[in-house]
Amino acid sequence: MLILTCPYCGLAADETELSPGGEAHLKRFGPGSSDDAFTGYLFHRENPRGVHFERWRHSNGCGKWFLAARCTVTLEVFGTYPAQTTEPPAAILDAIRAKRPDWEGRA
Amino acid sequence: MSTRLARGGRRIDRSKRVEFTFNGKRLTGYQGDTLASALLANDQMLVGRSFKYHRPRGVVASGPEEPNALVALGDGARMEPNQRVTTTELFDGLSARSQNHWPSLEFDIGGLNNHVARFLPAGFYYKTFIHPRPFWKHVFEPVIRQSAGLGPAPKDRDPDVYEQVYAFADLVVIGGGVAGLHAARVAGAAGLRVLVLEQTAHWGGRSPVDGGTIDGQPVQDWIDATLQALDGMENVTLRTRCMAAGIYDHGYMIGYERLTDHAPAPGMPRHRLWKIRAAQVLSATGAIERGLSFPGNDLPGVMLAGALRDYVVEYGVSAGDRTVVVTNNDDGYRTALALKEAGLVVPAVLDARPEATGALPEAARAQGIRVETGRAIVKVMGGKRVTGVGVGLQAGEGSILEEIACDAVAMSGGWSPVVHFWSHTGGKLVWDEAQALFRPDPARAPVGADGLPNQAVGGAANGALTLGAVMADSHDAISEVLRRLGKTVSDPAPAGDAPAEAPLHPVWVMPQGAGHKLKSKMWLDYQNDVKVSDVQLAAREGYESVEHTKRYTTLGMATDQGKLSNINGLAVLSDALGAPIPQVGTTTFRPPFTPISMGAIAGEARGDIFQPLRRTPMHAWHEAHGAYFEPVGHWRRPYCYPQGGESHAQAVHREVTATRTSLGLLDASTLGKIVVKGPDAGRFLDMLYTNMMSTLPVGRCRYGLMCSENGFLMDDGVVARIDEDTWLCHTTTGGADRIHAHMEDWLQCEWWDWKVYTANLTEHYAQVAIVGPNARKLIEKLGGMDVSKEALGFMDWADGTLAGIPARVFRISFSGELSYEVAVPASRGLEFWEACHAAGAEFGATAYGTEALHVMRAEKGFIMIGDETDGTVIPQDLGLGWAISKKKADYLGKRAQERVHMTDPTRWQLVGLETLDPNERLPDGAYARASGTNANGQGNTQGRVTSSYMSPTLGRAIAMGLVLNGPSRMGEVLEFPTVDGRVLSARIVDPVFYDKAGEKQNV
Repeated sequence: MLILTCPYCGLAADETELSPGGEAHLKRFGPGSSDDAFTGYLFHRENPRGVHFERWRHSNGCGKWFLAARCTVTLEVFGTYPAQTTEPPAAILDAIRAKRPDWEGRA
Repeated sequence: MSTRLARGGRRIDRSKRVEFTFNGKRLTGYQGDTLASALLANDQMLVGRSFKYHRPRGVVASGPEEPNALVALGDGARMEPNQRVTTTELFDGLSARSQNHWPSLEFDIGGLNNHVARFLPAGFYYKTFIHPRPFWKHVFEPVIRQSAGLGPAPKDRDPDVYEQVYAFADLVVIGGGVAGLHAARVAGAAGLRVLVLEQTAHWGGRSPVDGGTIDGQPVQDWIDATLQALDGMENVTLRTRCMAAGIYDHGYMIGYERLTDHAPAPGMPRHRLWKIRAAQVLSATGAIERGLSFPGNDLPGVMLAGALRDYVVEYGVSAGDRTVVVTNNDDGYRTALALKEAGLVVPAVLDARPEATGALPEAARAQGIRVETGRAIVKVMGGKRVTGVGVGLQAGEGSILEEIACDAVAMSGGWSPVVHFWSHTGGKLVWDEAQALFRPDPARAPVGADGLPNQAVGGAANGALTLGAVMADSHDAISEVLRRLGKTVSDPAPAGDAPAEAPLHPVWVMPQGAGHKLKSKMWLDYQNDVKVSDVQLAAREGYESVEHTKRYTTLGMATDQGKLSNINGLAVLSDALGAPIPQVGTTTFRPPFTPISMGAIAGEARGDIFQPLRRTPMHAWHEAHGAYFEPVGHWRRPYCYPQGGESHAQAVHREVTATRTSLGLLDASTLGKIVVKGPDAGRFLDMLYTNMMSTLPVGRCRYGLMCSENGFLMDDGVVARIDEDTWLCHTTTGGADRIHAHMEDWLQCEWWDWKVYTANLTEHYAQVAIVGPNARKLIEKLGGMDVSKEALGFMDWADGTLAGIPARVFRISFSGELSYEVAVPASRGLEFWEACHAAGAEFGATAYGTEALHVMRAEKGFIMIGDETDGTVIPQDLGLGWAISKKKADYLGKRAQERVHMTDPTRWQLVGLETLDPNERLPDGAYARASGTNANGQGNTQGRVTSSYMSPTLGRAIAMGLVLNGPSRMGEVLEFPTVDGRVLSARIVDPVFYDKAGEKQNV
C-alpha cells in the first residue's frame, strides 16, 4: 500500500485515503479535433515500465487532486505536486534524473 | 510406536494433564504440548490422507511448514478446517477431526486411487477430462468434486469476535529467535520504536534445542537475559503468537496475532490483525529443513530430522524406539545425538556424503552410533507406518544392501532460509552454491517510497546456519538497519559458539541412479501428491518455466505453499531441464506466510457495522411506520410501507393510487444537492451539462443531463438558479458523491483558473416531495407561502417559511402530478415531515417509497439513471435530444457524441412496450428476438427491456426498452424469450403511458 504526500495538506497519506485517477498531463481535445487526436486523448494511455506520472485525489482527506511521479517497477516516489500544471515542474524532473540518469523523458 | 518418554520435554508441564479428542477418541496430553506432540504421545501417527491418492499421512514437521497433519478443529459453528496440528497449542476440551477420507481414516475408499497412481500422472485432469464436452458437466465434474477438496467448510456463522489494530514502528523484527532478539535489543538500545513479531508462543526459536553458547552462556540463559533487557525498554513491543503475514508496498505489513486459540475464551477477540507501517523491517525468520527424496519417503514415521529432535527435546515425545537418520549434512547428526541422549535407539546414520568427519559425526561415533557414509535409503518398508528401511548406495540405482528394522526415519536434506518476506516486495535471491540454498541478494533489496532499501535479513534467514554465523550475521544486519536510520550501534557483536559443520552435499534424488519406478515413489509435495517422476514428466512435456511446472503438477500449491517441497522440486526440474538451479529460479512468494482467518481480515466490519449506513432525518419515522428498506448506495430508503399484512406489490399499488388520486409524500432527502457558485459557475455548468444552464433565470429550475467525456449519460437532475452567481444542482441519490468528485476533477485539473466553488450540501437539507392533486392544498394548510399557479409556476422555486420552518420550495415533478419538493434544514426534517402528515390527514396523505416513485416515473416515460442507462447509453438514444444544446461550442461528451458509432442510426432507441397480455410483465433485461444468428451461433437480438412494472394507474403491465429503430416502429410486436422458456409478445408504443399532454403537473 503506497504512501503519497499530498502537496496541499502536507499529509503523508496511506493509499486508503487516496483515489487513483490514471495518467497525468493529458491534453484535452474537444469539438473540432480530429478523430485521431480525440481517440488518443480519450483512450491511449502510457503504460511505462519505470517513470510514470499519475493523478491522485486525496479523497478521504482534503479532497484535492494532485500529481505524482512514481516508478512503476520499484514504486519509488520521485515527488508529488499540485495538479494545476500542464507538465511536471523542473524540481520533479531533476529529482527523477538524479535517480534515473537514463530516463528519456515523457513519451 | 510413538510415545511419551519418561523424562524430558522443556515445554511441557507434566503436573497438568490436558484432555482432548481426536475423531471422537478421548486422549490426554500435557500443558505446553502442541496437538502434534500430544497426538504422537498417544501413538496417533496416522492423522490424515493425502489429496490425490488418499495415502496415509503422518506428522512430518514441527512448525508451520507441516504439509500433512491438517485437521478440522472445533465443532459446530466454531469448526475450522485445515488447521496444522504442529502450530496448534493443546488446551482442555480441544476437539479435532481428521480430513479427506471416507468412510474412516484407517480404511479409506479413495485410497484405491493409490493403486491406479500410475494412471494419474501430472496433468492427468487436463489431459483426460476434455472430451466429449458434455461429459465434463454431467460426469467428470461431479465425480471430481466429490473426491476433491481438503477439509469441509463450516456451515454456520462464525460466532467468534475479531479485532484489528494499527501500529507504526521504526523497525519491525520478524522472528523472535536469537537473531531477532539480538537485533531488537540493539535497536531498542539505540532508541528506536521496535516491534518484534514471533509466530510461536516461545522466544528463542530452535536454538535452545540445537544447543551451543552465546557470549559464554547457554543459549536459553542468554535468551532469558535478553528478554529481560527488552522488557525494560518502553520503546520495544514484543508479541508472541503473532505471525508476520505479509509485507506490502512502502513498508506496510500485516501481522496476525492468535489471542485465544490456545485458551478459548468466548467473547474475547480470537484473532487480532495488525496493520503496521514500518520504516525498516528485519527478517530474522530462520530456515526450514528440507526433506530427502527417497522411495517411500511419504510413509507415516518418516519425519524431518529437526522435527524429531524437537519432539524429543521440547515435548519428551519419541516418534519411535528405533530411528534411522538419513542426512546429507552434519546437522542431521544432532538428531541422532538427541535421540541417543533420550535413551532411544539409532540403528544407523545413513550419510549420503562420501565422508563425514566433522565434529558432530565424530560425536555420534563416540556415542557408539553406527555411521554409514555414501549410503541412501532405497526403500521404506511398512503400510500405514514405517517398519524398516532398505539401505543402498547413494551413487547406485537402488539395490538393497541391507535392511534395517526401525519405526521412524529422520531425514535431513539441509536447510532453506525463510526468504518469503524479502521476496514479498520484490527482493531478489542469489543461489549459494556452497550451501545449496537461496538467500537474499543484498544488492537487490526491496525498496521503500524513497527508493532505498527498507528490509534487511539476519541469521539463518540470510543463510547463516551455525550459531556463531547467526549471531555475527544478525549483528551485521541490525548495524546496517541502524545506519539507514541514522543511528549508531553501541552493543558489541555477540559471540555464538557451537560445533563447526562441514558443508552439505546436495542430494535431490536418493539414490542418485534411481529409475522411473523408484522416482514414482519419491514424494516432493506430500499434501498434493507430487512426486519426482511428475516434475520430470512435466519437463519432458515441455514445461520449462518453474511457474508453469508448479501449476501443471500442483507442486507447492498445497496449503503449505511448498515450504517443504519447493527447493527439492525445482532442483529436480533444473536437473531434468539441464539448466542450473539459479536459472530455473523459484516460484513467487506471496503473502500470507501461512493462511490467516477470514475473521481477522474482516475484523469488526461485519453484521450491522459491515459498512457505514446513511440515514435521512426521517429514518426513524420510516422504521416506526413499517418501511421495507432497500439499499441505495450507503443509504437505506423505504421501498414501500406495507400495512396490515400487505404484500410489497399491494403496498406499492396502494401508494401509487393514493398519490395519483389525492396526496403522496416521499422522503427525497437522499437526492444529491451540490451548490456551484462563483463568477464562472454558469460557464462551468454549461460544460458539465449537455444543455444550457448559464441562461437559466434566477428563480427557475431546469432538468439537465450530465455526460462523461466519452459521451455516455452519467447522471441527471434538476438545476435551480439561486442567484446571479449560484446554482443548486440536484443529482441522483447514488450519484451525489461521484458527481461532486467529477466536478472537482474538472475544476482542479482542467479549468483551474475558473472562479468556481462547489460544495456538497446533500446532508444539510431534508427534502420532501409533496405529490398529488391535493399537494397545493396541503402546503396552503401548512401556511406561510403563496404556492398558487400564478405565484409559483411549474419549474419555479421560492424561499419562504412553511409551518414555521424555513423552506425552499421547488415546483418540479417526477411523477407527472402536481408536485412540490420542499427542502428544509436537516435538523427540522422530521418535524416538517410529521407536520405534512398531520396536515395531510384529511387528504389521506400517504407515505410512498422508491418503488412507487419508480412506477410513477415509468408511467410518465421518465428515464432512470441505472435503468435506462448502463454506461453505454447516450442521451440521443433516450429521445432526450431536446436536452442537448445545439448552440454550445463544447460540453463534456460533445466531441465523443460525434464519433461514428455514436451517430450510427442503428443504435437502439427508447420506446414503450406493452405486453399483449396486460397481466404479463416483461422481465427486466429481457432481449427482443431477431431473425438469424450471430458469428457465435447465438440468436440475434433487436432490443432489450430497461424497466418493467405493473402499473396500478393503467391496470396493466408497462415497460420501457431500447429497440432497433424503435421510434419508427410504433405498433410492431416483438418477441421476448424468457429464462423459463416462454416467449412474451409486446407491442412497441410511446414511452409516455400516462397524461401524454402533461396537464396534470401543470395546474
